[in-house]
This record gives sequence, structure tokens and C-alpha cells, in this order.
Amino acid sequence: MLLMPDPDQEVLSRRAQIITALQAIVPGEGVITSEVERRAYETDGLTAYRQPPLVVVLPSTTAQVSAVLRYCHDNNVRVVPRGAGTSLSGGALPLEDAVLLGLGKFNRILDIDLANRCAVVQPGVTNLGVTAAVQHEGFYYAPDPSSQIACTIGGNIAENSGGVHCLKYGLTTNNVLGIEMVLVTGEVIRIGGKFVDQAGYDLLGVMTGSEGLLGVITEVTVRLKKKASSARAILLGFPTSEAGGRCVADIIAAGIIPGGMEMMDRPAIHAAEAFVHADYPLDVEALLIVELDGCAPEVDHLMDVIEKLAMKNGAVTSRVSKSEAERELFWAGRKAAFPAVGRLSPDYYCMDGTIPRKTLPQVLSRMREMSDKYGLRVANVFHAGDGNLHPLIMYDANKADELHRAEEFGADILRLCVEVGGVLTGEHGVGVEKRDLMDTMFNEDDLNQQQRLKCAFDPRALLNPGKVFPQLCRCAELGRVHVHRGQVRFPDLPRF
Amino acid sequence: MCIAGRCASPTCRVSERDANVEAFRVADAKQAADVISWAAAEERPLEIVGGGSKRGLGRATQVGNMLDVSGLSGISDYEPGELVLTAGAATPIPDIERALDAERQMLAFEPPDLRALLGSEDRTPTLGGVVSCNLGGPRRVTGGAARDHLLGFHAVNGRGELFKSGGKVVKNVTGYDLSKLVCGAYGTLCVLTELSVKVLPRPETSRTILLFGLDDITGLAALMDGMNSAHEYSACAHLPQVVAGRSKVPVVSGAAASVTALRIEGPAPSTEFRAGKLNDLLRGHGRTHLIDDTDSRALWAEIRDVLYFSADRSRPVWRLSVAPAQGHKVASDIARQLDAEYFFDWGGGLLWVAIAADVADAGAQVLRTAVAAHGGGHATLMRAPEGLRASVPVFEPLPDALAALTARVKESFDPRRILNPGRIYAGV
Repeated sequence: MLLMPDPDQEVLSRRAQIITALQAIVPGEGVITSEVERRAYETDGLTAYRQPPLVVVLPSTTAQVSAVLRYCHDNNVRVVPRGAGTSLSGGALPLEDAVLLGLGKFNRILDIDLANRCAVVQPGVTNLGVTAAVQHEGFYYAPDPSSQIACTIGGNIAENSGGVHCLKYGLTTNNVLGIEMVLVTGEVIRIGGKFVDQAGYDLLGVMTGSEGLLGVITEVTVRLKKKASSARAILLGFPTSEAGGRCVADIIAAGIIPGGMEMMDRPAIHAAEAFVHADYPLDVEALLIVELDGCAPEVDHLMDVIEKLAMKNGAVTSRVSKSEAERELFWAGRKAAFPAVGRLSPDYYCMDGTIPRKTLPQVLSRMREMSDKYGLRVANVFHAGDGNLHPLIMYDANKADELHRAEEFGADILRLCVEVGGVLTGEHGVGVEKRDLMDTMFNEDDLNQQQRLKCAFDPRALLNPGKVFPQLCRCAELGRVHVHRGQVRFPDLPRF
Repeated sequence: MCIAGRCASPTCRVSERDANVEAFRVADAKQAADVISWAAAEERPLEIVGGGSKRGLGRATQVGNMLDVSGLSGISDYEPGELVLTAGAATPIPDIERALDAERQMLAFEPPDLRALLGSEDRTPTLGGVVSCNLGGPRRVTGGAARDHLLGFHAVNGRGELFKSGGKVVKNVTGYDLSKLVCGAYGTLCVLTELSVKVLPRPETSRTILLFGLDDITGLAALMDGMNSAHEYSACAHLPQVVAGRSKVPVVSGAAASVTALRIEGPAPSTEFRAGKLNDLLRGHGRTHLIDDTDSRALWAEIRDVLYFSADRSRPVWRLSVAPAQGHKVASDIARQLDAEYFFDWGGGLLWVAIAADVADAGAQVLRTAVAAHGGGHATLMRAPEGLRASVPVFEPLPDALAALTARVKESFDPRRILNPGRIYAGV
């Protein structure tokens, strides 16, 4: 079980005073204090962890966000920012002594500028809401995390969200042009705009994926793309995951970057088929869905190439979508894979490591051994294009130690991802979930450098503490410079 | 001056300016860390130099010692199937492009080669240099800049500590994305030692549709029609007549008119189809002409490398990033007030401007006012004599809160301010 930072008793004792101060900043219903209403915010997409916040505040203007943060900063009160609360890594998990700052009221689209192929939106607008506002003109917002109907743009930036199309169209970080943000001191800064890059350091880049630890975003300029004129998908079944993996490698080696390329293993195929009836083959070990988008001649041409590569790699099923409805049906199973697995088991735990693609067979085989060891089933869906693996560990929270075993199993999977040259998280974020595994990937100097950057933004470590880093930030200690004057000046080094 | 990495003998020891200047040539990251630890302890600032081709970029500063990292060179890991390449920070770009070319892959951000522009033809552009300056060529509009392709790195911070960030996979959100931060930091945060970059398949074919004789407004309007269509483009530029006349591509220079260009890349059946569709779409704007692979590549290399402004090096050159649909207004404001030549890339979002040599402040005030008046953006002085690069803010000045944050970020990596101090902003 994860340990969160100890609540500050002194802050808890000031709760009434803090509430009064916040009510002065955000009038009316914008401050939520009752136990029942606060409970609505006690968890996010990582439901194994729950903690009602000290108080919830829902500002609706940048000035209010600024005033709330300034108050909290001046009065040493911790703050946990929250978008829609769909984080799968516990990024928005409240703290007993922290103000939960919800951005839900920032839900307006401010400007759609098709001449510059961008839109200016508030951070509480949902991911799909952006596309919905521009699709009548043939435009869309490219990153498509599976929670896109609910998750918000602000949360997407905090987590640098991806989706099934990100190998070709990029992650959030490649599709955001500018932000307005509020520092913990209440200072409001703007970075970027309707142009690319920015003067000075790429602070927009570092804000993206910073999991709410560096600042609070109050406005976003996103890049819009024109929808491709056609799209088709092919469903490929392979007798082994090795054969499926080789086919993926061959597609990339042929110079093709598909719009989407997803793989599922046998348990995931069966679960999805039972749920959605997408007519998936049930006698294969690996199912590959490859989607090509672009002009029709390009899609037709590349589809031929892919079919040939699939045959060469021993595909036993090969079906190209003949209609938009069929293409959507191919995807329906994959998109429903999580809830489909949810039907097989009372609970499931969704993991998110990235591995070099070539190691997939080895990783799946080791995962099967772990599954036996922990006595828990696992199904795998895999963003095959970019090596992002989502093992779904099935468990029953009502059985004494199953959550614990599922967490241990999950941690072992992530250690394996790092061991084979991959990373702990591809798109779900570190949050609280992978926090204590950070040292499998980073040494003390690596983590200290990241923590020092945190100090540049938030020297009192008030923003989202207990997330991402196994240790709370100690800025005074980290900021010390140890000077060893007069040391020998490396006599063996060539000088010129 | 003795240029690091080019000295034939260890007797080439000091600069002409200052007998106390030393250049340390390091062979590995550990040696770099040793030098930086010493420099931090003694508070001796270091100029970080790889191939030396971009030393003229950035503010002119007086930095005592030089850290020559040209020895940190070589591709250590390249697996085409994983779309990732790892190399020493000072690996020459031509070496990387050769290795990628053999596998029909590329650096998709199309790094510009600015040697002719900057007059450093005898130097070598390196991966670390391209990344540190966050350069991106014409494909920036669809493929991103260096920042969008750096996956991870190893480096030494200003405390002399070796550290790493990111990884060797294309999808990774573990920890802060420091890869973004080092792109465009001009070596002021840390000394990069090894980089992992995302690489992509090279398009099979490249074609470019040309339109002749459009003015800035109609040229950018034509490009917008192309960019806002479903027929994927990969680059789009507009060259006023005086600039187009300097092209080495005969059909461009021989047009005796402005040239508007839109590039389409991909498999042959796809480029052929889209070229036809775009041709139909753009025909309404004027006479069109299609150029093939060789001419298309030559044209975009000229645009990428800003070769049109390489002949007369007395003219200061600026690079303006603006909202694409505002590009022509910015240009018009500038042209009305100054003796300036310019052309547009990125569909109007990038303006290269060459100012007459006798304009005080190289036109900084006029340019920055024009940018601010039309939707914002930033102006960078890319080429100018040292004196101007010392007196004119080379990078867009920052508002107070952002400037203070920038200084704190610098301090978090380099508390003694010894790594390329002042290269982008005074005190940073």
C-alpha cells in the first residue's frame, strides 16, 4: 500500500479559516465543504485509492485561480489540481490536508481559428469537445486517449496523453501551441500562442506531462488537423505473438506509419469478442488491427503492401474493412477491451509500460510466468506501433490479498519493461501508482535534477505533493552547492 | 582564434584575445563532468562547443574557457525497426543522415544547415547543436522541430553531475519531459553527451506545386487553401520575386515573378493523386507548375538553409515565428518601415527577414512591434556582427514573471551560471 505524505495537523486545525478565505475568493457554490459532497472527489481513475480532500474549490476565472493559489502559497496549504478525474495513475488523488482545485468550470471554447488551424479553449473542455466543435469543417484534434469523451484538455496536458493514433499524429505535447498558466505564487504567465515554439526555454514542453506539479493551466491553444479523406482498417490474426510482432516490424521497415496499429493477445481477443461481437477470430494468439488513413489511392496501395507482409508472416486471418461501419466494428472490440475484461473479473488493474517493439514476445512470455506465479489472469492490449503495452490484471478486491498481489504483479511487469530497455509509463503518468518504482529507471542524480526543476516552479512543494517522486521535494537541501575549490585540474586532459 | 576540435597541435593553446583562455577537449562524459565540476568550483564560465558551426548564433558574450565536446561522437545504437537512433552529442549530422539514408529513414524535422548563412562552411553541424538550437526545417509545419523528436538524453549539469532523462522509446511520460527543455536552451542548462532521437521512414517521392506571380496576401491565401484541404502537404513557402530570383532551381529563378510552393510527399500513387487534386484546387489562384523529386528537393533545401540570404553577409538576418495567417501583415509592416528582404516558410508562420546593414538596432524595434501587433510570436536575430548581438536582444525579451521563472530554471540546472552564460538572456 502506498504511503502519502503525512497530513499537516496545523493545517487541518486551520480548516475553518481556510474555507472562509476561499469563500471570499470564489463565492457561492464554488467552495465545497460538506463530507458527502467532498466524497465525489475522493478518487480518480485509480479507484483503489481514496481520500476526501480538505475542501474543494471550483474557480471559474483565471483571477480566482490566481487568488486561490496565492492564498494557499502564502498560508502554506497544499493544492491538488484536478480536471475530469480520469487519471489512471492517481494523479488527482486528494490529500487530507490539501485544497482540491477543480477546473471543471473552465469549460468554454474561446476561439476557433481555422485560418491558423488552431483553437483556444479553457482547460475543462473535454478532449472530444474540441473535435465536436470543429468537425463540421472537417477538422479534428488529434490526440485521442480512450477516455476522450470525459477527460479534459487540461488533464491531457498534465499527463501528456496519447491514444491509438499517436505514432502518426503525435502526443499532446506535439499538438499544443500555447498555454496560460498560474504559478503557485499566483503569477499568471503565457507561453506560446498561435505560432510555433516560444522565446526562451520550452516551458510549454516541460509543463506537458508534469502531472500538476508545476502550475495550473487556465487556457490552452491546441493545433487542429484536417481529417484524412479516407480510412480503412485491416484485421489480421496470427498463430503466435512472435509472428504478429514480426509483421509489425515489417510494416515499419516498409516505410509505413499507419494511423493506428493495435495488437491484442488471446485473452483480450476473447473478452472483446464476447462483449462486442466484432467477429474477431478466436483461434489466434495475436490479433492486429492496422488502420491506414489518407487519400484513397494511398490507402489502397499501402493496404496491398500490408496484406502481402501479413501473408509472409503467416497470418491466418486477413480482412480489410469494406465500409465505414465495418472499420468501426473492427475498432469497437479494441476500444471496448477494458470494459470487456471488466466483465470477466470483478476488478482489473490497467498497466501502462512501453517496451522496444522487438521485445514483445519475450515480455509476453515472462508475463505468462508471472501470471502463474501470482495466480492472477492477465489480458494484453498493445499499441504495437509505438511499443506501449497495457496489461490488464484481473483480480477481486473483495478477496483478502488480491489487490496487493495485483499491485505486486503490476510492479513486476513495469520492472520488466525497464529491464528490456523500455519505460514505466507510456501515457498514463506516474502519479502515485508508479511513484515508488521511479528508482528502477532513474538514479538519485537523475531524480534530484527533476526535483530541482520542481523547486524552480514550486519551492515550497505545495503543488500535488506525493505524486511522481518517491520523496517529497527538499528544495533548500537540493539547492545547496558543494564547492571543492583548488582540486587538481585533471592533468591528463588535452588542452589547447 | 583557436577553434576547438580543429587544432592541429597542442601548442595551439590560447586565444588571440585573452592569454587566460583554455579549451578543454574531453573524450567522454566523465571527463566533461570533471571539467564542469572544476569550472563550477572556480566559477569559470565555459563556452560549450561541438562542431562549432553555430558559434555565431545567440548573444555575443565573453566567456573565458571553452569545453570542446567534439570527441563525444558516434552512433551507438540504431535499430531502424524501433524508429530510434542513439548517438554521441557531437555526432556530425552528415554521418547521421548517411546512416539513416541507408535504411530509407530520416530526421523528420529536416534540420537546417545554417553554415552558408552564418559563414561557417568549414565547421561541422552536430546532432547536439541542432537539438540545442531546436532547429526545424520546412517540415516543421507537419513534422515538428527537434523538440518533437528528442526522446531522451544523457548530460552533465552545471554541478558536474551526470544525469539522464527520457528514454529510447517513442512513447514515454515517466518524469518531467526534460528533453523539451534542452531543445532550444543553447547549452545553457547542461552539456549534452548522448541523445536518442525518433527517426521516421523517408517519403518515397516528393513533388512540389509552384504558383507564379502572387503577392504576399494571395500567395499565403493559396497556401492556406492547400493546408486546409484534406490533401496532406509537408511544406509550404512563399518567395517574393527578389528572393525567388536567387534560386538555383531554373524554373523558380527563371519565373521573373514571386513563387509560391507547396510540397507533397509519400508513396508514388499518393503524391500523384494529391498533386492532381491540389493542382485543381490551386489553379484558381494562378498559373501552376509541378516540379519533380530532384528540383523539389533542391528548392526545399534552399528554403530550409536560408540560402537566399547567404551571399550578402553584411545584412542582419531575423527569424520570426508568427501566426501563419498574420504573416503577410507582419511582413507588410516591416517592409513599409525598413529596407528589408523577406520570404515565408511554414505557410506564413515563419518569416526570414534580411535587413539593410545600416539600420540601427538591426530593425529590432520595428520587427518586434510588428509581431506583437499581429497576434504575437517571437523574433530571433539569427545573423549579425558581434557588436549587434551584444547590444540588441537576440531572443525575444520575456515579460517579468516569465523572465524570473527562466532564471530559476537556469539555476536549477546550473546554479553557478557557468554553462554558456548569457547566450540567450543576460544572467541566464
